Amino acid sequence: MTGFVGAVSVIVRKDLLVEARTREILFTTLFFAVACVLVFAFGFVREGRAVSDAASGILWIAIAFSGTLALGRAFERERHGETLRALLIAPIDRPALYVGKLVGILILMAAVEAVVVPMVALMFQAPLFDHALLMIGLLAAGTVGFAAVGTLFAAMLMRTRSRDVMLPVLLYPITIPVIIAGVRGTAALLEADGLPMARAWLAMLVAFDVMFVTLALWTFEPVMTE
Amino acid sequence: MMKKIFPVLVVVAAAMFAYAPFMILAAPYESTMGLVQKIFYFHAACGMAMFLAAFVSGIGSAGFLFSKKPSYDRMAVAGAELTVIIGLIVLVTGPLWARKAWGVWWQWDARLTSTLVMWMIFNAYLLLRRYGGLGSEKLAAAVALFGMANVPFVYWSVNVWRTLHPKTSVIPSLQPGMRGPFWFCVAAFLLLSIVILMLRTELEKRRQELDALYLAAED
Amino acid sequence: MDFSSLRFVDVTRTFGRRRALSRVSFTAEAGTITALLGHNGAGKSTLLSIAATLLQPTSGRVLYGDHPGNGSAVLRGRIGMLGHDLYLYPELSAAENLRFFAEIYGLTDVERRVARGLEMAKLIDRADDAVGGYSRGMRQRLAVERALIHEPRLMLLDEPFTGLDEASREALRQRLRMARAAGTIVILTTHDIAAIENLTDATVTLVDGRLVA
Repeated sequence: MTGFVGAVSVIVRKDLLVEARTREILFTTLFFAVACVLVFAFGFVREGRAVSDAASGILWIAIAFSGTLALGRAFERERHGETLRALLIAPIDRPALYVGKLVGILILMAAVEAVVVPMVALMFQAPLFDHALLMIGLLAAGTVGFAAVGTLFAAMLMRTRSRDVMLPVLLYPITIPVIIAGVRGTAALLEADGLPMARAWLAMLVAFDVMFVTLALWTFEPVMTE
Repeated sequence: MMKKIFPVLVVVAAAMFAYAPFMILAAPYESTMGLVQKIFYFHAACGMAMFLAAFVSGIGSAGFLFSKKPSYDRMAVAGAELTVIIGLIVLVTGPLWARKAWGVWWQWDARLTSTLVMWMIFNAYLLLRRYGGLGSEKLAAAVALFGMANVPFVYWSVNVWRTLHPKTSVIPSLQPGMRGPFWFCVAAFLLLSIVILMLRTELEKRRQELDALYLAAED
Repeated sequence: MDFSSLRFVDVTRTFGRRRALSRVSFTAEAGTITALLGHNGAGKSTLLSIAATLLQPTSGRVLYGDHPGNGSAVLRGRIGMLGHDLYLYPELSAAENLRFFAEIYGLTDVERRVARGLEMAKLIDRADDAVGGYSRGMRQRLAVERALIHEPRLMLLDEPFTGLDEASREALRQRLRMARAAGTIVILTTHDIAAIENLTDATVTLVDGRLVA
């Protein structure tokens, strides 16, 4: 029997190895995120310039949309060849399977955000990195919250009909606090004296993360077994 | 016991609804809004009924996820359907009132937004049960659980978000003459909710029994 | 934890209005190969899923030796399964697939087992090519070795002979005989009786979820 951390580590390494071979999810998600930013930017252009305070909203919407896509694709991989079944039969703690997939998605999203965030900062002249640590904190906490719920839902929908459309239908209402906190936190960060506000939003995101990761760990096994 | 109480509850609820308009008519006018304010008696009562229904669904979902007993699942689906229907009443009567009273159809304040989000989550619950195929009852239960855990966060976020914008109070403090009709309507709607929940869980129980009969008939 | 028999006692499994298995009882002993026969939809895959602890019976019991099935990780470590979709990652090589599953199963001598699995599957010279490029027969051989890499006591195979040519079928039969000689309980499903000639010690036939003599 493998330990919890050992199982998580093996699963994460396998996911990174598979992704390294094709880089398919990374490239398509990245491209989609960039396309999102562009489409929204054009939607908010006024007098030939993008509206400056649209930056934080556009950033987080791009993260949410591209994250949903990445989640769907990541689990589609485990559906092909039914490998998820093999993992459920394996002698690991089922929650370790959840954490392993979650970490994989987080690494992928971090890579995407590493490109999209500077891009948004540049295109909208938004000094997102003046308070780099706080910005990274918001991004990390927000992405964890989104991915924590998303990984559980994507896993549990694997045998469900209409799963492609069901994932956003279920995920978006529940991750609304993440979006609000991310957008308002980033916007506060861009304002002159908005730092305390930004920190408050960060605190809420951390509370959300703790709550929902715990809930997901708790419900993963009952939901995945019959 | 449940079966005996049921007709009594129906009669009492019906009587309360028959009497309610008279109470509302007799209640004093609110100083600024006049007649329009009276929609509040049903609107606020529906709001409370909606939260009750959502709570019932949440408990049923948690119970079903962890104990797998079908009785919990019946509670969960009955509560979810009731939440969606009463929620629709809340979300329609609210803007109708707001438009007349304050000139806007909608406002992004904490209470309205979390009500809307919760309504959407239970819609998603029903969509999953309907279109998800086999085994979606358990998945939907997880969604309901996550949805319930989510509501305080939505409320808090929108509250903080809104401190930067002017707030208009949605429910004014109640004048003495209004308290009677208000609590009467609340009781009427809660009673109606209980009646509907009992009816719906019974319907679900019959459906499950029908499935069992189909199976037995194969032997 | 070890056990020397698999016993189904009055197992029933329903999905809503459909009864997939109806009061199925049978026993399979260590060192035997049992074939589960039946047409599509007879309940064979459901039975295998229950034996693999992926599904709970609606009623009845499953006993692994004297232990009841409880889905615990220790029990799962003694079970190996080969599904129809082979449970392989097409982007990874044969060696990487074997290594991943060996690590997931918490085995200590990973490299030795990987090497032996590749040898048994006769894939040593293609060990580092992505599995997606293999023929069906090659993938099947690899999948069998993957399922056996942790030397399970109970081996479940779902339609393993599908899509194989005669040479591959004979190779699979040989491999299963080896597993039987090592004391494994082998249960395989098929709807092709010819494929299991001279292979099985017992057959169990399902019709509409029921066991028929």
